[in-house]
Amino acid sequence: MTASLTLRAGLLSLLIFAAFVGAWHVATLPTVGAAAGDVDPEYAALVSGAAAQGAKSAFPTPMDVAATIWGHLKDPFYVRGANDQGVGIQLAYSLGRVLLGYAIAAAVAIPLGFLIGMSPLLHRALDPFIQILKPISPLAWMPLALYTIKDSNISAIFVIFICSLWPMLINTAFGVASVRKEWLNVAATLEVGGLRKAFRVILPAAAPTIMTGMRISIGIAWLVIVAAEMLVGGTGIGYFVWNEWNNLSIGNIITAILLIGLVGMALDLALARAARLVAYVE
Amino acid sequence: MSVFQNPFDSRFRLTGGCSCGRHATEAEHAAETRDADERAARVVEGAVMRALFPHDATRRAFLTAVGAGTAAAAVSALFPLATATEVFAQGLKPEKTDLKVGFIPITCATPIIMAAPMGFYEKQGLKVDVVKTAGWAVIRDKAINKEYDAAHMLSPMPLAISMGAGSNPIPWSAPAIENVNGQAITLSVKHKDRRDPKSWKGMKFAVPFDYSMHNYLLRYYLAEHGIDPDTDVQIRAVPPPEMVANLRADNIDGFLAPDPVNQRAVYDGVGFIHMLSKEMWAGHPCCVFSASKQFVTETPGTYQALLKAIIEATAYAQKAENRKEIAAAIAPANYLNQPVTVVEQVLTGTYADGLGGVKKDPERIGFDPFPWESFGVWILTQMKRWGQIKGDVDYARIANEVFLATDAKRLMAEAGLTPPEATTKTFSVMGKPFDPSKPEEYVASFAIRRG
Repeated sequence: MTASLTLRAGLLSLLIFAAFVGAWHVATLPTVGAAAGDVDPEYAALVSGAAAQGAKSAFPTPMDVAATIWGHLKDPFYVRGANDQGVGIQLAYSLGRVLLGYAIAAAVAIPLGFLIGMSPLLHRALDPFIQILKPISPLAWMPLALYTIKDSNISAIFVIFICSLWPMLINTAFGVASVRKEWLNVAATLEVGGLRKAFRVILPAAAPTIMTGMRISIGIAWLVIVAAEMLVGGTGIGYFVWNEWNNLSIGNIITAILLIGLVGMALDLALARAARLVAYVE
Repeated sequence: MSVFQNPFDSRFRLTGGCSCGRHATEAEHAAETRDADERAARVVEGAVMRALFPHDATRRAFLTAVGAGTAAAAVSALFPLATATEVFAQGLKPEKTDLKVGFIPITCATPIIMAAPMGFYEKQGLKVDVVKTAGWAVIRDKAINKEYDAAHMLSPMPLAISMGAGSNPIPWSAPAIENVNGQAITLSVKHKDRRDPKSWKGMKFAVPFDYSMHNYLLRYYLAEHGIDPDTDVQIRAVPPPEMVANLRADNIDGFLAPDPVNQRAVYDGVGFIHMLSKEMWAGHPCCVFSASKQFVTETPGTYQALLKAIIEATAYAQKAENRKEIAAAIAPANYLNQPVTVVEQVLTGTYADGLGGVKKDPERIGFDPFPWESFGVWILTQMKRWGQIKGDVDYARIANEVFLATDAKRLMAEAGLTPPEATTKTFSVMGKPFDPSKPEEYVASFAIRRG
């Protein structure tokens, strides 16, 4: 039964995809515009095909986009100068920034979350700051970061850091604060020392909540990098999108969107796997 | 093209309108093939002659009276022209050869960009990475942060940075103008029949940046037609690469933008070219090559080599016969990322206007490096006019500090000469003459202004 459910779900997915591409194909069919004879051939040679017909240039067809995607996948690592590099290289730049910013955020958020979770005083004291800083958009941080840090690359990493910090911090604090009292009491009865209690009792108990926070954070970090790179430029998949926007090349932008989605999914899956390792059943 | 013109030739006006490159002598200029050394010599000689004859009429009278040969000999006897030229030509050794220069992907940056693929930097022994940047605020911050050694900026930006308008005051310099003309007003195709600016009330326009010639020219143009740019229309800053997308989405009704943005809007059938900026002010400056004063003073050898590469690239770009080759060099994804035909139409001036016609205007864009101080003064008057700067402005001093950090002046001082006191000229914008010596009166003469 489950096998057939998977099969049916897969079939339905395929059907939805086919319907989507079909609708796209129909929507982008070339319209029969003004007769080509009306247009001055000298003028037509200077503008795009659609503009020569008196229309705006059209959205690419599914076949155009497929060809563009194939072109990128065939040669993902080319370097033609500092401003024109393969999409694989751009993704690697973005991933590097995300992982670095995220790692720093984790290194700060988890110990700090521990402290906040264990101390109601600290929790109360820091709460207003966390609540105000948490909802700030990455793009709002950017001018401030560029101004103070004075390095665009570090600024991008800082923005990743500051945006992926909060879910991890809050989840860690929550996980630590809601460790069952019985377990702490048992530890106290057995006269377990502070560090040992933290690593052997609280950490394993709070781990699933912490992992949830980390999973939310990696998603945010990946969202943020595209925006940050569109702003500072230079390298990365966000820069790639901006550069192709500059050229109004929708095919390339769709390629980038698909790749961003795929990489985001892969990051999320990896953390979901990791979360399963620390899960426990009470 | 007065910088490269023979200052010993009485037919040319050194302080006159020649810098716009629109005169009959332009063709003569293009026809002459001079090598780089000779150009460098012209720059220095021109500077010396300007110093000797602050009033151009005097110089021309002198030359006509005694003849060019005698004049050259007489001046050389008084001033070590050969030495000054040699200092400029040989220069100092670059202290630093690996450089980063930022640019915005528009045709104004042509000399900065083309100097990389066409080997102008290499010729000066420099290894320059030209880095594409997302917007003017970012290029300003990256230049201030020293991520870039030098950068392509809008001509008002070095003035604004030096004065601390829109950023902390940091001494900045504009040693070379990139391009003259080369901008246009583009309107959405739906406004085909609204060509009279008086009917533009309520429209939304985009300009690249608040501190841009585009902003000042659009405001000037609207105000001359009785439209108050602050209350009757909306003007917003949109980075050039995003303008066509916004015009297409009907977010804006038009823009005064650098190319290739205007031509790209035509290419995609989204807009039409209402008028070229040269129709407002023939020979107006647009973008500059700029660097911090610190870069100029701490690494003079590098600065000089870089400036030389830029001046040579600019001279090469000014020649009509090189324009197609340049278009092909700067159109790829690494630089402008535009179809070659779009860039070619901008540079050659044979272009589709978006209304079904093909127009020919070889002076659609020009390249002339000389940073006239009077350009700086005009820009400052517009900043004052629109309330971007307040209080008393020492127009001449600021323009002098930012726009006249020229090699000619510095090298002359090094050679023991007296640098020219002023390097200004008069011009007119939309038929209204501008006298750089009376900026305050000029500001007061406008009916529509702030403050």
